[in-house]
Amino acid sequence: MSAAPAYSEDKGGSAGPGEPEYGHDPASGGIFSSDYKRHDDLKEMLDTNKDSLKLEAMKRIVAMIARGKNASDLFPAVVKNVACKNIEVKKLVYVYLVRYAEEQQDLALLSISTFQRGLKDPNQLIRASALRVLSSIRVPIIVPIMMLAIKEAASDMSPYVRKTAAHAIPKLYSLDSDQKDQLIEVIEKLLADKTTLVAGSVVMAFEEVCPERIDLIHKNYRKLCNLLIDVEEWGQVVIISMLTRYARTQFLSPTQNESLLEENAEKAFYGSEEDEAKGAGSEETAAAALPARKPYVMDPDHRLLLRNTKPLLQSRSAAVVMAVAQLYFHLAPKAEVGVIAKALVRLLRSHSEVQYVVLQNVATMSIKRRGMFEPYLKSFYIRSTDPTQIKILKLEVLTNLANETNIPTVLREFQTYIRSMDKDFVAATIQAIGRCATNIGRVRDTCLNGLVQLLSNRDELVVAESVVVIKKLLQMQPAQHGEIIKHLAKLTDNIQVPMARASILWLIGEYCEHVPRIAPDVLRKMAKSFTAEEDIVKLQVINLAAKLYLTNSKQTKLLTQYVLSLAKYDQNYDIRDRARFTRQLIVPSEQGGALSRHAKKLFLAPKPAPVLESSFKDRDHFQLGSLSHLLNAKATGYQELPDWPEEAPDPSVRNVEVPEWTKCSNREKRKEKEKPFYSDSEGESGPTESADSDPESESESDSKSSSESGSGESSSESDNEDQDEDEEKGRGSESEQSEEDDKRKTKKKVPEGKGEASSSDEGSDSSSSSSESEMTSESEEEQLEPASWRRKTPPSSKSAPATKEISLLDLEDFTPPSVQPVSPPAIVSTSLAADLEGLTLTDSTLVPSLLSPVSGIGRQELLHRVAGEGLAVDYTFSRQPFSGDPHMVSVHIHFSNSSDTPIKGLHVGTPKLPAGISIQEFPEIESLAPGESATAVMGINFCDSTQAANFQLCTQTRQFYVSIQPPVGELMAPVFMSENEFKKEQGLQGGH
Amino acid sequence: MIHSLFLINSSGDIFLEKHWKSVVSRSVCDYFFEAQERATEAENVPPVIPTPHHYLLSVYRHKIFFVAVIQTEVPPLFVIEFLHRVVDTFQDYFGVCSEPVIKDNVVVVYEVLEEMLDNGFPLATESNILKELIKPPTILRTVVNTITGSTNVGDQLPTGQLSVVPWRRTGVKYTNNEAYFDVIEEIDAIIDKSGSTITAEIQGVIDSCVKLTGMPDLTLSFMNPRLLDDVSFHPCVRFKRWESERILSFIPPDGNFRLLSYHVSAQNLVAIPVYVKHNISFRDSSSLGRFEITVGPKQTMGKTIEGVTVTSQMPKGVLNMSLTPSQGTHTFDPVTKMLSWDVGKINPQKLPSLKGTMSLQAGASKPDENPTINLQFKIQQLAISGLKVNRLDMYGEKYKPFKGIKYMTKAGKFQVRT
Repeated sequence: MSAAPAYSEDKGGSAGPGEPEYGHDPASGGIFSSDYKRHDDLKEMLDTNKDSLKLEAMKRIVAMIARGKNASDLFPAVVKNVACKNIEVKKLVYVYLVRYAEEQQDLALLSISTFQRGLKDPNQLIRASALRVLSSIRVPIIVPIMMLAIKEAASDMSPYVRKTAAHAIPKLYSLDSDQKDQLIEVIEKLLADKTTLVAGSVVMAFEEVCPERIDLIHKNYRKLCNLLIDVEEWGQVVIISMLTRYARTQFLSPTQNESLLEENAEKAFYGSEEDEAKGAGSEETAAAALPARKPYVMDPDHRLLLRNTKPLLQSRSAAVVMAVAQLYFHLAPKAEVGVIAKALVRLLRSHSEVQYVVLQNVATMSIKRRGMFEPYLKSFYIRSTDPTQIKILKLEVLTNLANETNIPTVLREFQTYIRSMDKDFVAATIQAIGRCATNIGRVRDTCLNGLVQLLSNRDELVVAESVVVIKKLLQMQPAQHGEIIKHLAKLTDNIQVPMARASILWLIGEYCEHVPRIAPDVLRKMAKSFTAEEDIVKLQVINLAAKLYLTNSKQTKLLTQYVLSLAKYDQNYDIRDRARFTRQLIVPSEQGGALSRHAKKLFLAPKPAPVLESSFKDRDHFQLGSLSHLLNAKATGYQELPDWPEEAPDPSVRNVEVPEWTKCSNREKRKEKEKPFYSDSEGESGPTESADSDPESESESDSKSSSESGSGESSSESDNEDQDEDEEKGRGSESEQSEEDDKRKTKKKVPEGKGEASSSDEGSDSSSSSSESEMTSESEEEQLEPASWRRKTPPSSKSAPATKEISLLDLEDFTPPSVQPVSPPAIVSTSLAADLEGLTLTDSTLVPSLLSPVSGIGRQELLHRVAGEGLAVDYTFSRQPFSGDPHMVSVHIHFSNSSDTPIKGLHVGTPKLPAGISIQEFPEIESLAPGESATAVMGINFCDSTQAANFQLCTQTRQFYVSIQPPVGELMAPVFMSENEFKKEQGLQGGH
Repeated sequence: MIHSLFLINSSGDIFLEKHWKSVVSRSVCDYFFEAQERATEAENVPPVIPTPHHYLLSVYRHKIFFVAVIQTEVPPLFVIEFLHRVVDTFQDYFGVCSEPVIKDNVVVVYEVLEEMLDNGFPLATESNILKELIKPPTILRTVVNTITGSTNVGDQLPTGQLSVVPWRRTGVKYTNNEAYFDVIEEIDAIIDKSGSTITAEIQGVIDSCVKLTGMPDLTLSFMNPRLLDDVSFHPCVRFKRWESERILSFIPPDGNFRLLSYHVSAQNLVAIPVYVKHNISFRDSSSLGRFEITVGPKQTMGKTIEGVTVTSQMPKGVLNMSLTPSQGTHTFDPVTKMLSWDVGKINPQKLPSLKGTMSLQAGASKPDENPTINLQFKIQQLAISGLKVNRLDMYGEKYKPFKGIKYMTKAGKFQVRT
């Protein structure tokens, strides 16, 4: 009785008396009486105490749902069982609930409390499933409950629950889009998560809720790149496509310098013959061009993305391969795009639906980058067993790939296709031949001859298609082809397809001077059959008549008048109109000779040859691999792929070492900073820059200029080292400014040695800057890493005093405070909290926690000078008791005004705080003159969590959103303690 | 992302629907039926159909259309890949994926679909995890469940989703520990009229069946890994080691899975193991055409070619065929004009042939195309590219597993133009 075999129609007899009725129910709404009876039966079963009966009933109900039958009237009976002990019954009830809750909102509320209980369950899987069902019930009343549950789950210890929280975000958003701001906060938090399990889901939520908030990605960019290979396949697709967009806004075009050069080459591709050779060797020329472009150096983060996505071309999932392919197509330098061809060709072995999508994309790519697919030409050869839609797409690709060298083979292939039984395909082949002929001058005559031979084909469709294509080809060089036109003229007797007849007539009219003797005769024949022709043919007959009248009025005057008279009384008004218009133009009347004098110019003007273009041309303005690209129309919710920025935005926003807490305002602000980042002159270029007192950017530009000539990687490495130093410098700066320079010099000489000395510092570094370490991070390492963190973290926080001593010894220039006060109760509670936090593996908590022993002295940036319009705010944890409230941690806020106007009325505005966290605001600072700085003290009760306290910093004119996130080590209350007490405490700890 | 899924059989009945968000009326499928009518053949139904409010993405497998409804921009391959994964899962669960089987197991199907997507975004698609969540029905379990009233839903909580190797379920136990690897190569080729090869390539896969206790860590190495030109891996394979050492190192999923698929570099000349001699001619004057084909072995490395079948789509003008095979059986369907000849083994001493006449429509002119011949065959114990597995090692577990490896060459899309 495992599944529902007993309940299927075939085996209906085997189960209970109610079954046959149910099985053979013809239409759900049809027989009400039996409907009710049947449902009574089910209700009874649901009301029993026996799980097996309940299960049976639920199975039948789910089977009904699956077949699309209405089972909503059972809702009250089913919802009662939501708390059932039996797991399978419970599961099926959930299935039912999610399906019908929307329709029975009031009753659905009955089930909510069960899920709320489930959210508190100690088992992570039960918490997750409770959240999953709760968020799937689309009942607007429970929005606040959902919001609360999501927020809670987002900081759950289990990554699986956090993943579920990420899944719930778009559900809530679609239910109530007013929650957007709050949800963005949750997304921001989850984006910082370091586990692979969460990454894919949260990026999906990001894409659905706030794809425009690209600034949320900055800090997580490198982490996402490094995690990518270990994320599950579906997440990979979403992340890659998001990162494509991100990269387009943040990095410079890798082809910008080549673009001028290349564009010329591109034109030559389709143009004359002598450049063709160049085209064949385009790979080489592109490669040769590489060293030539000097000013462009790829951002190391850009490189990181390309490097970390490349192995995914080997994925078994076609969607992932396609995602990487589009990323390379949109982001990689020309010389590197080629790697995707092989993987895409591999996908052609897959199911026909996959082929269909891939071929569409290959068609677009092959127009822009033909060289890429040329080696795989034969993989696009068509088999008679391919579905027609695949054949036509392959043909498109073959046509795009055809060039001077391979055209003979391609044409030979086309010849076999023409004999195919699939007539649509044959017609497409003829079109393709036409396109080859226009693109490649050398084979034009060959193609034309081939097409003329097709004119004697028995299949009319083939002939018609050939005529249409020949017409287009002849337009390019009509003079030599009198013979072909004569041949075509003869065909008018046989061909019935209107389009072909019209084409022939147009040709004869256009080039009537090449066939002066035949043309009038054709007109005579057409005049005879005029009334029986299709509309497009009639129009062309009029056209032909007019042209002949103008060139050869002696022979055709009467004929023309006859045709025009016939047309005058035609049923179709287009034709009547045309006839009237033509008559006025060509037949000189008494009054209006003005126009008819120019009639010849009007009718027989030389016309430009048509360009036969691929329908895939210019489709690449849609992101490849997207639905919009496939449909060649914007789909709902499509995110435009932005153009490359002219100048690169500040790359330092992605540095994680110095977290940038400012959120909203910094994007607009950053524009000020948008100047060539790699230029040496950065320091003295502008007034804002010269006022720069931030040691970080200064030293960064130093190192940049020194290592500029080298590769991007080396520059970024040194960049990172510098930041380390800066951080340390920040920590030590208060006491010893003078030693600073000496220390830096020595450090620079032995950057490696430093790592061994101050372990925790180096560790935090390598996690975020592992981007710079060799190739892609291997999966194992990645997974081991968190474990090693876990091992590292506890000692640093548990035996806080001891480690402090050690790390302090390294920083010789630091004089420790005379007493290191730690209270016994506090140390137990906070260290426990710290351990737990460490286990959740969130990125943001880790970095600061590892820095914790020293960061108490170091300043953290709260608001950057540029983002704050001249107001720079730093904060430090003073590690002194906060006078107002013993539960609060005291935070020193340092304001400095680097603008040239005084800043007035500095105060804290409406804080948005997570549950439990409270803030004691600092007294308002009335005015801060230019160049002046001030310090204020505020107290924050973090409630023993590492959640960030978000609040607004208001001046008279502006508001800045800032947030302070405490490192674990700072969450303690300072307490005085004697040495003996301390030792005793240590002993206790060891006993834990 | 994916809003709803409809399963439609070949006669146009929607026999299953599943919604992951609000319910989408099944009338949306009318657009699909329209497209289906226009396409005439099932395989020509466009995989993506835009409608005013939705987009329908479909795949066609096992004579069932799996139609996904989406509302906003999603990479189409994402959906298509997912739908194929659904079909593969069903196949894995029930052995076959057909309408009656799905109808018989409708509850399991529904539960599986529920787990695979959450709000339209894939949640658990690895078959190992799904099987932990929902046990596939077996005859034995069906009987046991009927008697004891126990259920299909796994009673212990599935932990696979939480592990670092999400593709492998935990707590695997076997009394016989076995690992089998099948190296299967397929030759795709187009042979032209005169018998020369237009294009030929080898695509291979390694399908594995691993039944090992615990958490084994396997490495598989090749004698000649350089043959492999383009590879794609199961997620369990450690890419880094492949890059550096050309070794497949992995913790396998439990059960059947495809470890690797590869393409043999195009530089290597592909040995074509069979040839087809054909003489198919229509004459303008008479209503009879001659038909004669012979199949023979070419480069087989001393192995026999088995399971040979020849199929050919004859032109519409052919009314009937009267043929005599030297071995095997043949059929000709006068409606679809499909000729198929089941040859069996090729005996090099006595080459199989099929000879006879075709009767053509009287009065009609001769068809201007000759039919193409599609060939199927199998060669056991041979990987035509010459790929050889060197050794298989296991780490992480104590016991000695039984290891087996099998080679096979098959015809992929093997076509002879006449």
